Amino acid sequence: MDMSTDVELYQLNNLMKSKLHLVKLNLIMSDKFMPHTESEIREMLNKIGVASIDELYGDVPEEVIYREEYDIPSAMSEIELRRHINDLGSKNKTLTIFAGGGAYDHYAPSTVAHLLSRSEFYTAYTPYQPEISQGTLQYIFEYQSMISELTGMEATNASMYDGATAAAEAMFMMVASAKKKNRILISSTVSDRVIRVVETYAKFHGVNLTLIPEKEGITDLEEISTELSKGDVAGVIVPTPNKYGIIEDFTGLADTIHSSKGALAIFADPSTLAVLRTPSEWGADIACGDGQSLGMPLAFGGPYLGYISCSKSMLRKMPGRVVGATTDADGKRAYVLTLQAREQHIRREKATSNICSNQSLMALYATIYMSLLGKEGLKEVNVLSCDGAHYLYHRLIESGKFSPAFDKPFLKEFVVKTELDMEKINSKLLENGIMGGILLGNGMVEFAVTEKRTKEEIDRLVNLIVEG
Amino acid sequence: MSKILEDLRYADSHEWVKLEGDIATIGISDYAQHALGNIVYVDMPEVGDEVSQGEDFGAVESVKAASDLISPVSGEVIEINEALEDEPELVNQDPYSNWIMKVKVSDASEIDSLLDAAAYAKICEE
Repeated sequence: MDMSTDVELYQLNNLMKSKLHLVKLNLIMSDKFMPHTESEIREMLNKIGVASIDELYGDVPEEVIYREEYDIPSAMSEIELRRHINDLGSKNKTLTIFAGGGAYDHYAPSTVAHLLSRSEFYTAYTPYQPEISQGTLQYIFEYQSMISELTGMEATNASMYDGATAAAEAMFMMVASAKKKNRILISSTVSDRVIRVVETYAKFHGVNLTLIPEKEGITDLEEISTELSKGDVAGVIVPTPNKYGIIEDFTGLADTIHSSKGALAIFADPSTLAVLRTPSEWGADIACGDGQSLGMPLAFGGPYLGYISCSKSMLRKMPGRVVGATTDADGKRAYVLTLQAREQHIRREKATSNICSNQSLMALYATIYMSLLGKEGLKEVNVLSCDGAHYLYHRLIESGKFSPAFDKPFLKEFVVKTELDMEKINSKLLENGIMGGILLGNGMVEFAVTEKRTKEEIDRLVNLIVEG
Repeated sequence: MSKILEDLRYADSHEWVKLEGDIATIGISDYAQHALGNIVYVDMPEVGDEVSQGEDFGAVESVKAASDLISPVSGEVIEINEALEDEPELVNQDPYSNWIMKVKVSDASEIDSLLDAAAYAKICEE
């Protein structure tokens, strides 16, 4: 290697820094967390005839060795560490939540957390070897089956990292399925956060992404028709419910898109599919979204869960893992990773995605949650959320201080307009242990109500807001 | 010992061609289907697609691998073997009668650059 080039020097410097950092750390930390004891290290050094670990790096030129002190605080004892973590933890507040915006405060039975933290689930991971991973493969298969049932779609994969990246993958699937067309339409009523992620993926993949404007809070379907008539659209992405909590009417949309040889992907909140028309019923080719609403803790943004389902005709373009059921040599039911020829470790250039993993633990969370709640339970979650949201909506309107922002049907989330100083009110609510609605600007506030919110909590919220 | 038909021409990527007038019938050889193992899916082009000699026009997926199909000739796809959509294993059963696509060639002389049966047999031996 030519040591005279600055770039290489810089890279080597950083590489060596990180290696020596590890070495230094090894010697100062107790062997509680490092696998080798001091005497074991000495024994190994003696065996290979080397006086010290530093000597192993003897080939590294002096000028690139990092000799300064590391700016890391020293180790804490267990007692000190516990105290420190508890101090940090006490800064957390448990709030009564009336905000949504893509992540909802739904309740999960305590069984979920108990089963999830079993070490067999918590630690084990990639199920490449079916001989020793039947448990993992089975629960993934069950997860896939449940999501397929919920969305009405024919096939589901083993999960994606989150809803936003699942939407990006849906975009790639539609482009891969449409010969020579690389334009995708996305409704601006999809969450802004999701759009930003899809835009990032589109930009670096050479996909032409067009934002479809909203009209009165819903997707302007006429604009979609106009764009489709240009003949270069591979697919369309629309949400249900949308970012304002509105349930949009997609009657005729799938047919319109299909007659222009495009595909339809619906970004759907999976929990709401227990009561709303499913993507399959709308004629969608792909269903995708975030599984957080299946009782996952809000946890400052994650971990959540991405899901993606599709029709059989698109199955070979679907990224990620897929678990299939088969029989073993003795004719017994067995599970394996299947359709692996799609994956990028087998067909690198032709794979639609670089994902080679999934969100196993959260997929398990969703599976346990759904199996405990069942169809009736999940329906009840939505009915209660809907009742609560509409009760709050009416109380706010009745107070005279709020007016409707849109004249459209909603489920558990809605937007209202007001002249009140909502920033000030939200601060006051926070002092009272309540997280108020999301401020959308221009006097618009978005509230979400889940089955966890009681009538008393809702009344208290309204009173605190209205009294100013 | 894989089966090689005398009256066909072959590409070193194991596709065979039968040219009749300006229509080329294309499939994969016995050597190829054997190497791939049980074929579970044939990804075929659409009628009307343009193909070019040396460029891939589709793929064959088996239980253990996914292999690109390289077109031995250039032209327009006029027919694909729809039976393979539901029964891809037909290619394993008889790779010569179960062709994959038919192309109206743009340049019939391209066939001269392909291997004859004897030359192809040599490649398979290596």
